[in-house]
Amino acid sequence: MNDYNFAYLDEQTKRMIRRAILKGLAIPGYQVPFASREMPMPYGWGTGGVQISAATLTPEDTFKVIDQGADDTTNAVSIRQFFEKTAEVETTTTTSEATVIQTRHRIPEEPLTEDQILVYQVPIPEPLRFLEPRETETRKMHALEEYGLMHVKLYEDISQHGHIATSYAYPVRIEGRYVMDPSPIPKFDNPKMEMAAIQLFGAGREQRIYALPPYTSVVSLDFDDHPFDPSKAPHCCALCGAEDSYLDEVIVDDEGGRMFVCSDTDYCERRRAAGHRGAALAEDAA
Amino acid sequence: MSAVALEGGFVDAPRDAAFAFRALMEVMARPGRIEELAGATPPAPLSIAAGVLLLTLADHDTPIYLGGACDTEDVRRWISFHTGAPMSGPSHAAFAVGNWDDLQPIDAFPIGTPDYPDRSTTLIVEVPELEASGAKLSGPGIRDQAFLSLPDPETLAKNNARFPLGLDFYFACGARVAALPRSTRIEACM
Amino acid sequence: MYVAVKGGERAIENAHAWLAEERRGDPSIDELSVAQIREQLSLAVNRVMAEGSLFDPDLAALAIKQARGDLIEAIFLIRAYRTTLPRFGSSEPIETSDMQCDRRISATFKDVPGGQILGPTFDYTHRLIDFKLAADGEIPDAAEVPTDPEPVPHVTGFLNKEGLIEEALDDEEAPRDLTREPLELPADRALRLQALTRADEGFTLGMAYSTQRGYARNHAFVGELRIGTVPVEMDIPELGFAIEIGEITVTECESVNQFKGSKTERPQFTRGYGLVFGQTERKAISMALVDRALRWEELGEDFVGAPAQDAEFVLYHGDNIQATGFLEHIKLPHYVDFQSELELVRKLRREAGASQVQEAAE
Repeated sequence: MNDYNFAYLDEQTKRMIRRAILKGLAIPGYQVPFASREMPMPYGWGTGGVQISAATLTPEDTFKVIDQGADDTTNAVSIRQFFEKTAEVETTTTTSEATVIQTRHRIPEEPLTEDQILVYQVPIPEPLRFLEPRETETRKMHALEEYGLMHVKLYEDISQHGHIATSYAYPVRIEGRYVMDPSPIPKFDNPKMEMAAIQLFGAGREQRIYALPPYTSVVSLDFDDHPFDPSKAPHCCALCGAEDSYLDEVIVDDEGGRMFVCSDTDYCERRRAAGHRGAALAEDAA
Repeated sequence: MSAVALEGGFVDAPRDAAFAFRALMEVMARPGRIEELAGATPPAPLSIAAGVLLLTLADHDTPIYLGGACDTEDVRRWISFHTGAPMSGPSHAAFAVGNWDDLQPIDAFPIGTPDYPDRSTTLIVEVPELEASGAKLSGPGIRDQAFLSLPDPETLAKNNARFPLGLDFYFACGARVAALPRSTRIEACM
Repeated sequence: MYVAVKGGERAIENAHAWLAEERRGDPSIDELSVAQIREQLSLAVNRVMAEGSLFDPDLAALAIKQARGDLIEAIFLIRAYRTTLPRFGSSEPIETSDMQCDRRISATFKDVPGGQILGPTFDYTHRLIDFKLAADGEIPDAAEVPTDPEPVPHVTGFLNKEGLIEEALDDEEAPRDLTREPLELPADRALRLQALTRADEGFTLGMAYSTQRGYARNHAFVGELRIGTVPVEMDIPELGFAIEIGEITVTECESVNQFKGSKTERPQFTRGYGLVFGQTERKAISMALVDRALRWEELGEDFVGAPAQDAEFVLYHGDNIQATGFLEHIKLPHYVDFQSELELVRKLRREAGASQVQEAAE
């Protein structure tokens, strides 16, 4: 891969992406159009996040990639290897050691610090897209701050189901202005978005970049009589016993037996290393 | 072409630009923070910070407006040689460089449109001093409050009032740089 | 003990090795050379060049080999490679009126100056499997006649002289570049044509076909279809003039479409335009029909809600690299999202169950 430039992209492309990132930070929640490039991985597989990471990484960074909260899922492995080869950066699976973290569908459990940057892969950046497929229309709606349709949709859920029937990619309002798609993270992660780290969002196929500076106000849309509920499975992790982490449900036998384990694999490993034990490991401890 | 125009660029562009961008991103994401830039030595009166910023962000696609004292033949040639950016008037500038007074009136620069608020000019203001004191800042990127020496808090507060439209600012002082995005709320307190 | 889904790294390596083996197939069978693909599967090569937006037959042939004949995969390889190439400048517009034609037909006139040249076409072959090819049969030489080196005039030019067809005027504006700027709507015709020429052949064909069946019908004739080579020239500022840097094969289709006229304009024919790399006539004709359908607004026609009239729909969904990537990404793990849905459905069911029990009790 040495025939390619540092971090794969040519400098002109990086400048274009960097300008878009800076505009995104200056207008939190607004989707900045950018001339996304074809990457050597398919659209929909993180090309937006990869382009942001490529424009952001320096040779001194330590890079972590997670998909569904895990470092060892195949697409996370693939993206990590890409940057090991093209940017010669150090990589890690330890959240606290990483300076740049690229993620798909999760925010790490461990709170991020001022010295970290979180890069999200975004499939459909437009939160209004499922209500209005036309870009020309949704752009107008953002310009005019016309978000009534979104509230109507959420309220229809309540009247039909008794609850807002959106459990991931739950829309948020940024600084009281733009409604933003937080990417398909579970709504459990929404409250973490008011954080110390810089958050950058990249949608390659849809050619959009958006961003949140640290401590930006991020409010999950809700109603006075139906406040936002970031709930998760009412269990604790079978491996590390954590009660505060987002859980994956794993089918363990043919009878439909299940166990719940942390989706954030680094968090779970770190807790176990510190001696925490969940129900499934209770015998080991004994 | 004069030697001045050819010298003072990045030695290792991919790496130099990557480090510079990170500093520029930090200050834009955290209004009030001051970072140091390195890697370029532009001709006077352009500061190191303004020079590095232009090498990092400017190219053929970003017309540049040079205000007043900054608009010298050496500076034009240096920018043109190292970035390829065309020079323009205020109304088409992606970046504008100059002292605060030389960039007046800032109303001449585009502030974006309701559909595309990003289509606005970023002003690179050469300032004689840059300190984390003076005007009180709050808003995105700031946990409680921050302070920054601003040339004209009142005008900048008006800029904020137009959010999401508006201009974004970098302040360059020697090698040091700070930023003020349009999203920052400003109180001129001493 | 339960082990989380581990070993992604090794799984990927093994999958790659297996893929390489499958690509080669039975090693006792001779390996295909890139030259064989370039020469004998040239229409596949042409499609990969057209939709990959890069004219390089050898590279396209290599991509087809690497992609095991999956043309969309091959197009993807070419696109990803293309973006890494430095851009030295842009050529002068090619002059298709200077084309050395291998094929040139008009459906609107029985004969035209320059003549009808069938060229190497499947059109009148009977689609019978030729078992001789399976036996590596020698092919008889095709008859050769000396060609007229004079350029062949465009058929629509004849209509133009009578004012029977709308004039296509050069607006002198440098077109925007779809590969360097984000797509922005409304898109002008130059941008739409750019998108169409690299759009998926199947998608474009389906869209064009839908206009013929009545979804924004515009009565298209192939005014002219021409395939051949044209020189590519580039202006060299240091020299002060343009020099020829190479030659490419293109297919050009100009459709002639009906137009009733309006209060301000007398009845005249209108145009659709298709221009595609290589010998790619199905694509070029489809492109012309879709181009014409997308022009409803500038021609003062009604929007009848047809998909082929809808620029946003066509431009956002015609690119097979975007489409295939997003479609196939649903193979990636989504268990975190699914888990959140699972919890929600369980909760809703619990509450629905509880209220039913309560109702039964009342």
